[in-house]
Amino acid sequence: MMLAISDSWLLARNTILVGMVVNSACAIVGCWLLLRRLSLLGDAISHGVLPGIALAFLLTGKVTGLPILAGAMLVGMLTAFLTQTVKEQANVAEDASLGVVFTTLFAAGVLLIHYAASTGRGQVDLDPNCVLYGDILFVALDLGRTLPTMVGMLLGVAVFTLLFWKELKLATFDPALAAAVGLRPTLLYYALMALTAGVAVASFEAVGSILVVAMLIVPAATAQLLTERLSRLLALAVLVGCISSAIGYALAACWNASVAGMMAAAAGLQFALAVFFAPKHGLLSQALQRLGLRLRIAREDILSQLYRREEETQRSAIFSAAQLKAGSAPHWSSIALAQLRRRGLVVSPTSGELVLTPAGRQAAADLVRTHRLWERFLEENAALPLDHLHAPAERIEHFVGPAVQRELAEMIGPTGELDPHGKAIPAAPSPAK
Amino acid sequence: MSDFLKQNYNTLLVLAGTSLLGAAAGLIGAFAVLRRKALLGDALAHAALPGLCVAFLLVGGRHLGAMLVGAFVSGLLGLGVLASIRRFTKVKDDAALGIVLSVFFGVGIVLSRHIQQATMAGSKAGLDSYILGKTAGMIAADLYLIAGAAAALLIVVLLAYKEFRLVSFDPGFAQSQGWPVGRLDLAMMALAAVAVVIGLPTVGVVMIAALLILPSVSARFWTERLGLMLFLSAAFGAAMGFVGTIFSARSAALPAGPIIVLVGAAIFLLSGALAPRRGILARAWRNRRPLEPPPLAEEAAT
Repeated sequence: MMLAISDSWLLARNTILVGMVVNSACAIVGCWLLLRRLSLLGDAISHGVLPGIALAFLLTGKVTGLPILAGAMLVGMLTAFLTQTVKEQANVAEDASLGVVFTTLFAAGVLLIHYAASTGRGQVDLDPNCVLYGDILFVALDLGRTLPTMVGMLLGVAVFTLLFWKELKLATFDPALAAAVGLRPTLLYYALMALTAGVAVASFEAVGSILVVAMLIVPAATAQLLTERLSRLLALAVLVGCISSAIGYALAACWNASVAGMMAAAAGLQFALAVFFAPKHGLLSQALQRLGLRLRIAREDILSQLYRREEETQRSAIFSAAQLKAGSAPHWSSIALAQLRRRGLVVSPTSGELVLTPAGRQAAADLVRTHRLWERFLEENAALPLDHLHAPAERIEHFVGPAVQRELAEMIGPTGELDPHGKAIPAAPSPAK
Repeated sequence: MSDFLKQNYNTLLVLAGTSLLGAAAGLIGAFAVLRRKALLGDALAHAALPGLCVAFLLVGGRHLGAMLVGAFVSGLLGLGVLASIRRFTKVKDDAALGIVLSVFFGVGIVLSRHIQQATMAGSKAGLDSYILGKTAGMIAADLYLIAGAAAALLIVVLLAYKEFRLVSFDPGFAQSQGWPVGRLDLAMMALAAVAVVIGLPTVGVVMIAALLILPSVSARFWTERLGLMLFLSAAFGAAMGFVGTIFSARSAALPAGPIIVLVGAAIFLLSGALAPRRGILARAWRNRRPLEPPPLAEEAAT
């Protein structure tokens, strides 16, 4: 069948729209599942609704509508309940009991669907492949029938989240307190399970019952890498879900491949991108943070070395670069030195020589002050022998801010002019400056 | 008698293969369940799908050996990704499992649809059977491969029995005694991966986890001793394969996976109901007249 350009454009728009509705509903529910560490129960429920769908089809002859939604919600709660029961009765870990429940329900569902398909009852054919893998293009061609259920489900999920925002938040982050103030966390838990089943059923026609779990978990997990605020988590998860829908369709159209599978792959791609490039928790930014820290430590080590040399020689020291102790990472220290020169903390009158500028001397004095205050503090409070004081101070001097430094000085009191080795502790910079 | 053998040669071969497969999966599955890694098998199976498809595309047809190697490689890749997510991100274990499972499966679906459209009806049944399982239509060479792998697995488990037992029950103690716990865990995982991969054609990607989990969870009802539990688990696994094959042979239209799983579920339910000490009936009989009221402390705690 050849579609005209305008038709195929309409189909693309409708498909992406359906995908976005389905993905958004799943993403919202998925956030709650993820935060409560119920992702796998979500997986089990999305498998478990299969027999519910098949039974409802056998009874009513339809694959959408309220009876199926209601039936699926019951099955969703049943899955959660059965998992708990198997766990207790068989005395096995939760993952094994999940494995027992979802494979059994899924197996029953597959056989029931084959049976239902073979009876050929009802107005619609129940194609086993369709139920398992979904057929979003088919759904998009028949928006009048399919969209109301999906939009209804999305609205239901959104209203539930807004209405019970406070309760969900409390039950998620502090279940004990939620129970103590009488919020009925168990009720909320089963409501969440019912919703999970609801979105799974509302979505199965579009994406199939196996791939729903990608729409539930992956957007939420991606959003979790990008933010730490609950409201943003939900918003970002919905956004990731919608992007998956658009990119998934585009890729599938290019490749002439399964739209639902591509949506899952697009969600996975976004997750991978977030793993590497997330602003705060991404691998790249963490590596950069570590690099920044290393460079700062290398810079500070150079400054304090120059300061000590000045102290020993009692003059504005000329220090040959070759004398610098390289520390643990020689290549970092040459970069660090270049940075110090650029910032005007160190100058080289002749090549190979280093001299602290006034600003550099002040920064170095501050570091050495922290170092020696810490040595005094350890000597007075930790009963360490004299030759064990330098190493810990050398480590901690990079991480003590002005506030802690002030506190240290106060604890040591007005006598704190010398460090345990008898060297002067540099004075704090005068506040007038 | 020899006539019977000749006529039913294929059926007997399939029965032997699936029983051996069930026994091997039941055996290694018991360790996976005890080690609380039951669902890793599920993730591995889902992650194997893209590898199956890539191997199909590379070899250009349904070649069982190549496809199983592909499945094994991409399954292990999935586990590697899972371990990396756990190691390098703050995503929790359960979500990481869900992500690996669903994204790999999504890619697998994309590839398998692509293959179906590219090759049309000719090999269509071939790939679908890997998702829901199929016992009919196997050739002898396939089954020799499966049976050989299953037998090798049984032998390794028997040889490494003592080590596996220690690691399953007290990894901390094993570590302190200088056993290479990490490597033993890895070995168990690799054996489970072998069981999953050779089970894929018969039980299918979606439900293969049941072959690892159901036999051992059922066996757990009957005994407290590991040796007996392993024996029962292997026996239940073999029964799943054997009975499931018989039932699925009666209707070629039905996928074999769900039937095998439902046989396992029946064994589980019967075990849960009838087992002598831990079964529900036995416990109800023991508890028919409570001797003492439940302690108050427990009520207060809930």
